[in-house]
Amino acid sequence: MNLLEKLDAAAALRKAQLPEGLGAFGIPIEETLSATEARIGGRTVLMLGTNNYLGLSFADECRQAAHLAIDQEGTGTTGSRMANGNYLGHRALESEFAAFYNCRSCIVFTTGFQANLGTISGLVGQGDVVLIDGDAHASIYDGCVLSGADIIRFRHNDAADLEKRLRRLGGRCQNTLIIVEGIYSMLGDQAPLADIVQLKNTYGATLLIDEAHSLGVLGETGQGLVEMTGLLKEVDFITGTFSKSLCGIGGYCVSNHAQLEQLRYVSHSYIFTASPSPATIASTRAALNLLKNGCFLRERLWKNAHRLYSSLGKSGYKLGPQPGPIVAVILNSPQQALMLWNALMEQGIYVNLVLPPAAPAGSSLIRCSISAAHTPEQIDRVCSVFADLYPLTLQ
Amino acid sequence: MPEITQAQIAEMLCEQLASFAENEMVISAETNLITQLAIDSVKLLNLVMEIEDYFDISVPLNTLVDVLTVQDLANLIYKIKSASK
Repeated sequence: MNLLEKLDAAAALRKAQLPEGLGAFGIPIEETLSATEARIGGRTVLMLGTNNYLGLSFADECRQAAHLAIDQEGTGTTGSRMANGNYLGHRALESEFAAFYNCRSCIVFTTGFQANLGTISGLVGQGDVVLIDGDAHASIYDGCVLSGADIIRFRHNDAADLEKRLRRLGGRCQNTLIIVEGIYSMLGDQAPLADIVQLKNTYGATLLIDEAHSLGVLGETGQGLVEMTGLLKEVDFITGTFSKSLCGIGGYCVSNHAQLEQLRYVSHSYIFTASPSPATIASTRAALNLLKNGCFLRERLWKNAHRLYSSLGKSGYKLGPQPGPIVAVILNSPQQALMLWNALMEQGIYVNLVLPPAAPAGSSLIRCSISAAHTPEQIDRVCSVFADLYPLTLQ
Repeated sequence: MPEITQAQIAEMLCEQLASFAENEMVISAETNLITQLAIDSVKLLNLVMEIEDYFDISVPLNTLVDVLTVQDLANLIYKIKSASK
């Protein structure tokens, strides 16, 4: 089988799994009307699958900052941070992120995916060990593979299972990087950080937490799970993204370790790529300011999240383990998930369809993501439509 | 030297993998994990955690690249167990 035939075989398998399902992925969004509505297929659709947790995608401050940056600095930097792509704005955003976390330093990457790739592959290498949660994001897996370190998984959110694996490593623990996430992207549950920190300290390992989905969502100022649990100083490295609560694109790593700066010289995903555009940096700086002062946004977000989680549970749906900005509806099969996805679209509600192997433990998910910008009326409408569609899941 | 042989490990694996076999299929050391038992990447990752617990060893995912058959997996486990003695 040659290279192209292998792709044909993979495509045939996917089509056989779900003949009618391919349209659900990458559906074109014809017009974005607001932080919560878009036009799809000629109709206005309520967006419940965007990761726009704080609803800042149309914030005046962010748009004005982006416009000004384009006018003053152009549309792109056309170069790497290590060459001509290192503007004052990039440095300023790093300083602002470091101050936000009260950490020594920060490195800004061009995407959140690249932040994990560059940080992980820069921190560990051949002979080292990475201990990752079983539900870790693909960027974490890929960073681990790129690093050449030994990759060991522990059962999702199971600190006892993590300890078992640390114990087996013995003296190698001092060269072990444990990686967890503040909020897991598919099921929306939070890492048991206090237990994990305790194990990290007991076994002398290093801890990295990815706050991609928890930045802006957890903690009084929105730092993430580290702030909510009061464990910021116990975590060695924090990565995250600008593409969710901050409504931009890019990523970061912050740390109190002086050695973080060395990553600039070893992380290929930092060195060999163009830096974020001036508009992205400017809107992210404005959004970070709104995020840290956005207690009222977090209150609205959590109110919406609790309302939806509680209502779907009462309707009979099987849900992810805990309420949060990601509410995952767990279905029995890809066919059932697709049926529900189609029915929701017919009712003018867009959600994310997640099928194996992207969904954990072979499950199929309808993944809802909630925004502070959703009105109570919009959430009520979603709850009502889900309740009406519940019988579909019994077929 | 480890107390267990490669053949014994392969035998234990055949028993453990029985749940993946369809119909009357008999699993042997030569059985291919992917083409015959249809163990995809996600199932393999979960299987590795079970194997780690069963044999009380660490099996890094990056060591699985050359594992195709039950025997390959048995050889890898034997190697790791031997090194940990």
